[in-house]
Order: sequence, then structure tokens, then C-alpha cells
Amino acid sequence: MLDLSNIPVIDQVGVEERIARLNSRSIKKESKLQGLHLALSMIDLTTLEGKDTAGKVRQMCYKAMHPADDIPGLPTVAAVCVYPNHVKTAKTALGNSGINVASVATAFPSGNSSLKVKLADTKLAIDNGADEIDMVISRGEFLSGNSKFVYDEIATIKEACGNARLKVIFETGELSTLDNIRLVSEIAMQAGADFIKTSTGKIQPAATMPVTLVMLHAIKDYHEKTGKMVGMKPAGGISTSKQALQYLVMLYETLGGAWMTNEWFRFGASSLANDILLQLHKEQSGVYYSGDYISKD
Amino acid sequence: MAKKIKEQVQPFTWSYAPALESKDHIQLKQQYELFINGRFVKPNSGKYFDTINPSTEQVIAKVADANPKDVDSAMMAAKNAYDKTWSKISAKERGKYIFRIARIIQERAREFAVIESIDGGKPIRESRDIDIPLAANHFFYYAGWADKLQYAFPNQQIKPHGVAAQIIPWNFPLLMAAWKIAPALATGNTVVLKPAETTPLTAMKLAEVMQEADLPPGVVNIISGQKATGAAMVQHPIPNKIAFTGSTAVGKWIQNEIAGTDKKLSLELGGKGANIIFADAALDQAIEGIINGIFFNQGHVCCAGSRLFVQESVADIVVKKLKQRMETLIIGDPLDKQTDIGAINSKVQLDKINHYIKLGIKEEASMYQSSCALPSKGFFCKPTLFMHTSQSHRIVQEEIFGPVLAIQTFRTIEEVIEKANNIPYGLSAGVWTDKGSKIFNLTQKLKAGVVWANTFNKFDPASPFGGYKESGFGREGGVHGLAAYLQQF
Repeated sequence: MLDLSNIPVIDQVGVEERIARLNSRSIKKESKLQGLHLALSMIDLTTLEGKDTAGKVRQMCYKAMHPADDIPGLPTVAAVCVYPNHVKTAKTALGNSGINVASVATAFPSGNSSLKVKLADTKLAIDNGADEIDMVISRGEFLSGNSKFVYDEIATIKEACGNARLKVIFETGELSTLDNIRLVSEIAMQAGADFIKTSTGKIQPAATMPVTLVMLHAIKDYHEKTGKMVGMKPAGGISTSKQALQYLVMLYETLGGAWMTNEWFRFGASSLANDILLQLHKEQSGVYYSGDYISKD
Repeated sequence: MAKKIKEQVQPFTWSYAPALESKDHIQLKQQYELFINGRFVKPNSGKYFDTINPSTEQVIAKVADANPKDVDSAMMAAKNAYDKTWSKISAKERGKYIFRIARIIQERAREFAVIESIDGGKPIRESRDIDIPLAANHFFYYAGWADKLQYAFPNQQIKPHGVAAQIIPWNFPLLMAAWKIAPALATGNTVVLKPAETTPLTAMKLAEVMQEADLPPGVVNIISGQKATGAAMVQHPIPNKIAFTGSTAVGKWIQNEIAGTDKKLSLELGGKGANIIFADAALDQAIEGIINGIFFNQGHVCCAGSRLFVQESVADIVVKKLKQRMETLIIGDPLDKQTDIGAINSKVQLDKINHYIKLGIKEEASMYQSSCALPSKGFFCKPTLFMHTSQSHRIVQEEIFGPVLAIQTFRTIEEVIEKANNIPYGLSAGVWTDKGSKIFNLTQKLKAGVVWANTFNKFDPASPFGGYKESGFGREGGVHGLAAYLQQF
């Protein structure tokens, strides 16, 4: 049963001040290395383009398993994220590497379709072997005030996911206020989302720190109330190691160490991994490599 | 193949590596003299006292201890400068000097920030981001007013007082010097300023800035000293104006001393600010406001939100969130950029805070302290909450001036207004609610010089600051701050 009573209001100025303060943490030396390794392990390596090919997906999967073989002790990324028609290719390429295949679904990225089509889309991804489903919500219905519709839709997709974990994308760049983001987080978590996710990456702005902080606070309150942990995935716009470390500081100081694992936090990003590798190279050798040393798969 | 990180059984712990601000670039002398008539001179007293680093307990430098004769030379220099130069030059020229001071502070901001943290114990994050930039901004702001005073006081004749004797506290050493000197100079007064005995170094550095700015000799005199020095300044016949920031007890003594003279006085004294959280507030942001209200600058803030009032229905959740947030505060070396809470300013102050913490326990308020470890050396105090307090608790009534918060709950608006005002102080208050009408209702009824809405401890040169009741009188900052240094006819 959807219960939207007692949802706290958000003060945008206060949120931005908190972000500024979090960003004043200076992550250096061992703590930087530790953070970069963790960030790499949290990446959902993503390609979501109309022109994607099986070859490109296979190359990305190899990169996911072997981010940089010249740096010893690196983790793999958490998952690769593709359209449903590429799930099979990814699944085969990743074999038993332990890396998950996430598939976007439900008429990604706009979500403008019928529930029937969205269910079929989800089913296609699941049947092809997706371990995780990244669905989009119906922003139109949400903005028109139809919370119940959004709740029911998420709950229905969640049922169709079976054992696959469900990430719910809000496309926060279309939701206009932080109060809306807090409200939709509540709806999604109550409907059974395993992860809440900011953006498709197709709309600007994509993930921002204020939006992510509001979602983290929602997760914290939900956990206090129900004991259930929900994961967080900022996606789009996070392309540098520095940004990733800032997100991790925000995560650590908001939800604590229990969330500091790829079980509960992901970065949806395509170019972040390479920037992290560049930084790790630098930590190892003391100098920055040219970007040409880093594979661009 | 790289290995996949599996779910960790133990929660991840991330201890940020220290990020120490370098102190190689600062220059400190072993010994500091008095700055009188544009030169550094040895004290007539021949005496010096130590200024120590409160985070290491090590002596940083020796500082001259001005006696009444030294005070007399400083006053004479200020009077002479007023009569012969400062009152003769044009307002526009005065403004230029002040602009120059502002720019030099800005250029040397990093040096000032590091010295402020070494001498006073405040975290570099605050001295770097708040104290020093705000101090420069105060000079910039008042520099602009110097040749526009007629616009601030239309249809009035205005005249400077003459010589201003200014005594400042140890909690924001350079910033308080800026609050005092900038408006005094802009309005055409000359100055004798005494920094606090535990934090004289940035004031002595500021004296160097005055030299660098080519300020005419005697316009600003800076004399370090202890209690007796301040007393001699107040009792000296020359100053036409006394400006004091510090404790209410000393403020009362000054008022007593100058009774019957025509010296003008402004006082900025103690406080025990009420920070009021309504159930409809943005709670997660209010938590930040509570933290900022009481733990900013180790709680050494006269306008600190040291009395927290939380509306009954959200009291449990607010206290829970507050405790969790306190666990993320980093206490330690003031020069570490990670540090949120630095060292308590002095042993005397630490003893006073500990006395109140013991008192709170004795008064049977329930105490919570964050679980952080404190450095083995230096004066440090854990962030502390006292819950289930009442208006009758002494920890609620008296200013502690440390990281100690007393929490009460309330049910109705009338109740919280009455409690918030039921204190001899009236410096600051905070109101947290999503409802604009409630904010306006409270800002009218709370007897406090500053009422912040949905924020706390925000300062700006353009905004007047000062108190009601035993928190003092006179305003600093803004147009109001000019009035404190002018005679109006």
C-alpha cells in the first residue's frame, strides 16, 4: 500500500551548502587509491546508442573484465549496461566472470508506451539473461500527480523481474524540484525498487550531487523505517575520478560503510573508468600517461 | 582477469588520509613588539608573554605585554594622527587606504589562514573559507562607504568621534579586528586596538599590512597585552569611543568605568542562541544547521545556536539524525583540511567547558558525545549533546562557549517563543520551517539581534550584527556599523 504521509520537504539552498561542505574533503594518498578501486568496482559500464553493434558490446565486455591488465590487483567493473537486444551478446562475452548484465527496459529512455509493451520489453531482457533491469518511470504521469500509477507500474515490472534486481530511473532532469525527487524516491522504494537511479543519460542535466544527496537521504529514512536497504545509482555526467570520489564521500558520510560496495552503489558511466585508470596509472608511476595509453573500448 | 569484488561482510571503512596545509610559506618572528605610530616598538614594560598553539601546547612566539605607559603612547599617537593627518585628508583618500588594506589581506590570505589556525586552533577549512575572506570583505565593504557617508545619513551632519579604543576577543581574531578597524577608518576615526592575549598573531600581522599599505603613522595602533592593558585603554582619557567584543561581565565593568564620561560605547557580548526546529522543516538540512550552529569554530561563537528547541513530534528523529551526523565530524589537527572541529582555544576555556559538561551530568541531563578519539596532546573537546534539559538547567541558562548543545522540546509556537526569550541574552536565533508566515511571525517576536531563517551562522559585511539585552548594544556591519563610529547632529 502506497503511503505518502510524512515525506519531509527539501530545502535546496541547504542541500547545496551540504554538497559544498562535502566537496571540501580532500581525498589523497591511500584513501584516494582505496576510493578509486572502489569506484571502479561500482561502475556499470554503459553503451546505450542506436548504433550499438554486437562487436562494440563484446569489446566493452572485455574491457569490463580487463580494465587495465598492466595494473595489478584491479577489480572488474560491476556490470555492463546495454539495450535488451544486446543482452545475449554481453552475457556470452562475460561468461562466468561474475560481472552482471544490466539491461534498460520499459520503453527506455522516454517510457512513453503502454504497460503491455513495457512488460514485453522487460521480459525480452530477462529471457535473454539480464541480471539487472534498469526501468524508466512514466514522468508524465508522475508530474500530473498520478503517484499511484507510477507506484503500480513499478510494482508490476518488479514482479516481472523475478530474481533480477530492479533499478528504477527517475530521469531527475525532467522532475524539476528536489521535493519531487524525494517524493518519487519514496514511491519507487515502496513499490519494491532494489536501486533508485537518477537518469537515463539522454537528458541534461543527468546525475547531480544535490539530486543524489536527496535520494540518499530518502534511502536512509526508508532503511530506518523498514530495515530494508535500497541501492543508489547516479548515472550520466560523472566522468572524472574527482567527481567519483566526491560522490563516494557523500555516500560514506550519508549512508555509511554498509553502502560502500557495488551491491548497493553504482555509477552509470561510460568514460569514468578510463579516467580512474589514468589516475591509478599516475599513482603507480608518479606521472600522468597520455590518454593514448588507455584503451577506448 | 581482474578479480571481482564480492559483497563485503565487514562494512567498508574509509579513513581519509590527512591533508595537511603546508606552513612553509608563513613567516613568524620569535618575538612581537607593539605597533605604535607606524613602527614596531619594544614595550615600556619590558615584559612579554607566550602565545601558544592550542593543538600542540607549544609556544609559537613571545608577544609584548603593553603596560599603561605603552597604552598612553599608543593613545597619543592615535590622537596626534587624528588631529594632524587623518582628519585632514579627503574621504576619497581614506577609502583608497582601506581598499589597499583589503587587497593586501586578500593577497596574503593563505598566510593569514594558516597563522589563524596555528594560534587559535580553528580548522583551516574555516579560517581559509570564512575568517580571512570575510575579513577582507569587511575592509572592501567599508572602503566603499568612506566617501559616501552623506548618502548613509541624509540630512544630517556627521563627524567622527576621534580616537577609538577597540578590544577584541579570541574567537575570530582577524575577523573581529576587521569588524572594528574597517568602519572606524572609513568614518575618519583613528584606532588603538588590542587583540586577545591568546590570539595576538594575526593582529600583529595585520600591523605589517598597515605598514605595507603606507597608512599614515598612528592611524592604526595595535598593542598586545592582557587584562590590565585593556583596562588601561578603557580608563585612558583620550579615546572618545570604546568598542568591545567579549564577555558580558567585562562589558558591564567597562560601562561602569566610563559612566560619567562622554565616551561613546558599543558592546558585543555573550549569547545563548535559540535554534528552533519546527516539525514542518526540511529536517535533513536543519540537521546541518544545528551542526553549523553549535560546532562551527568549536562552539566559540557568541551567536552560536547553543539552545536547541525541537518540536515534539520530530524530536526523536531529529536527535537520532543529529547523533549520526555527529559521528561523521572529524576532530583533530586544525591544519588538516579534513578537520571539522579543531582545538579549544586555551586551557582556561577547555576547563570552563569541562566544568559545564560535569555540571550537565550532575544536573542529570542525558549526555551524548560522538565516539571519536581525541588527539593525545592539545586542548580538545568532543562534540557534546545534552538531552532532556529544561529552562532551569544552568547548562541551558549560561553561555558555555564550546561544542556543547542543550536540547529541549516544545509543543506550541507560544511556548517556544516564551522559552527562547526567557534568557538574559539576545544575540541570535534560528527558525527552521517550510512556512514563510511562521518565519515572519517568529522574527518579530524573538528578542535577538539576528534571526536566521532556514540557515545559521551566516555573516556578510552588508548585514548588521549585534545584540539585545545583555548581549550588548550598537551594531557592526552594514550602514548601521557606520553609525557606531559617527556623531550625528
